[in-house]
Amino acid sequence: MIKFNNVTKYYSGGIVALDNINIHIEKGEFVFIVGQSGAGKSTFVKMLLKEEPPTKGEIIIDDMKINDLHRRRVPHLRRKMGVVFQDFRLLPKKTVYENVAYSMEIIGAKPKEVRKRVPLILSMVGLSNRANVYPDQLSGGEQQRVSMARAMINNPTLLIADEPTGNLDPETSWEIMRLLKQFNRNGTTVVMATHDQNIVDAMKMRVIQLENGKIIRDQVKGGY
Amino acid sequence: MKYYSVSETLKSLFRNRMMSFASITSVAASLLILGIIMSVILNINSFSEGIKHQFDSIDVYIQEDLTQNEILTLGDSIQNINGVHSVIFETKDQALENLKIDFEDYSYLLEGLEYNPFPNTYIINLEDVIYADSIVNQLKNLEGIEEVKYYKDLINRIIDLTSYVRNIGLVLTLFLAAIATFIINNTIKLTINARRREISIMKYVGATSWYIRWPFILEGTILGFIGALISTGIIYLIYSYSFQLFTTQFYVVIAAYMLNVKTIVNEILTLNIIIGTGIGALGSMVSIRKYLNV
Ligand SMILES: Nc1ncnc2c1ncn2[C@@H]1O[C@H](COP(=O)(O)OP(=O)(O)O)[C@@H](O)[C@H]1O
Ligand SMILES: [Mg+2]
Repeated sequence: MIKFNNVTKYYSGGIVALDNINIHIEKGEFVFIVGQSGAGKSTFVKMLLKEEPPTKGEIIIDDMKINDLHRRRVPHLRRKMGVVFQDFRLLPKKTVYENVAYSMEIIGAKPKEVRKRVPLILSMVGLSNRANVYPDQLSGGEQQRVSMARAMINNPTLLIADEPTGNLDPETSWEIMRLLKQFNRNGTTVVMATHDQNIVDAMKMRVIQLENGKIIRDQVKGGY
Repeated sequence: MKYYSVSETLKSLFRNRMMSFASITSVAASLLILGIIMSVILNINSFSEGIKHQFDSIDVYIQEDLTQNEILTLGDSIQNINGVHSVIFETKDQALENLKIDFEDYSYLLEGLEYNPFPNTYIINLEDVIYADSIVNQLKNLEGIEEVKYYKDLINRIIDLTSYVRNIGLVLTLFLAAIATFIINNTIKLTINARRREISIMKYVGATSWYIRWPFILEGTILGFIGALISTGIIYLIYSYSFQLFTTQFYVVIAAYMLNVKTIVNEILTLNIIIGTGIGALGSMVSIRKYLNV
């Protein structure tokens, strides 16, 4: 599903964010990318999203080398992926329902399809009764669940989460992890960048640890 | 709910009403100049088209004091010049009559004339226009000629004038259009800034560039369109007034060839809408370009 072959990323000013990374992630895996702040986790996520190009090496997603993917094709790459961020990134002037439905409309889904699928995914994340509420009336955990519903609404094969629990208390964080696990069980590959030690230790999933842009550990069923 | 809609667009334009106003004004200003230039050029063209039939002939005005015989001798000499196809004699009375027929509608203006200002004239038909200059030169050597009228000079002057007007007009229009594009560009930037978050989210969800661009282009296009309508409205007022003025008070000859208000407004409306919406679309394309590169 995902292959990084000798990927290196320099930012301007000579900062080495990723240093000769080799990673192979299979379909259906659940992978933690861990490491201290500044280790290169977000850069790794940006490579997957083709938000930043690698300086060296090749990145292959679904047998497609995305290094030289044409700009016009990038939206189609992203439709295979759902993304969740630490800061939720919801649209404040749209309701919960609209925030989720919007993702479907953008890729041209039929209104009938939208009306069918949005309530379904909202019930999956446990927000059926909050559909017509605006984001600022929700708790952090609820907002993150909206953003997960939005990420999953178009049935992506890959779910990417960059510190999804970073702004949440431990209890709420576990709700999010439970959902991620559920999506993963249903077949979605999950890549989650985090520095939350407790979560990583408890989940017993594959752990890839970065330090100064290098992989210092890649362990199946690891801990932090 | 929808990403774009006309009502959303209008709301956004109203939110940035100062900039919207500036954009519309700048588009209208550049199109106003263009419209004025265009109406002048269209009229000059219509005028030269109208008098074209006079180009392939040379009028020789005969001196008043010539005797019948001298006039006939002059006629023979003219006929002998190389390149002259035929020579027609037109008396001063006929000349006046012809004018009255040509400008039937305005003949009342000629009624009041106390004397006939036209000379007796030989009208030379050329075998070909290329002989014109050499014939005019040879006519200079003949006795009894008051003046030689050849309209090629006039047409050359009209062509010169047209290209002069057009060049100045184009430079001015381009300059103003560039300013208008710049102002629209800045107006759209405000909207884009207000929707940055939305744009970035759309990109993560996999919206295509065109999907993201489209409402901003719509917004710029609406600005350009309104500017086009306003400038055409002003042209309409100015031109109706000038038309009134020329046809009732000024030179008959110009008025006879002056294009009517409807023709002018139709021509200019089409042109203005094309260019106005073009400026609007271009201004917004430029401003959104850098926001799309993620
Ligand atoms: N856009 C950027 N320009 C320059 N340097 C950057 C940029 N983004 C990240 N970096 C640097 O790259 C390194 C890795 O950053 P990041 O991938 O965000 O780490 P993490 O997500 O693990 O905290 C850090 O030193 C960071 O300062
Ligand atoms: Mg980070």
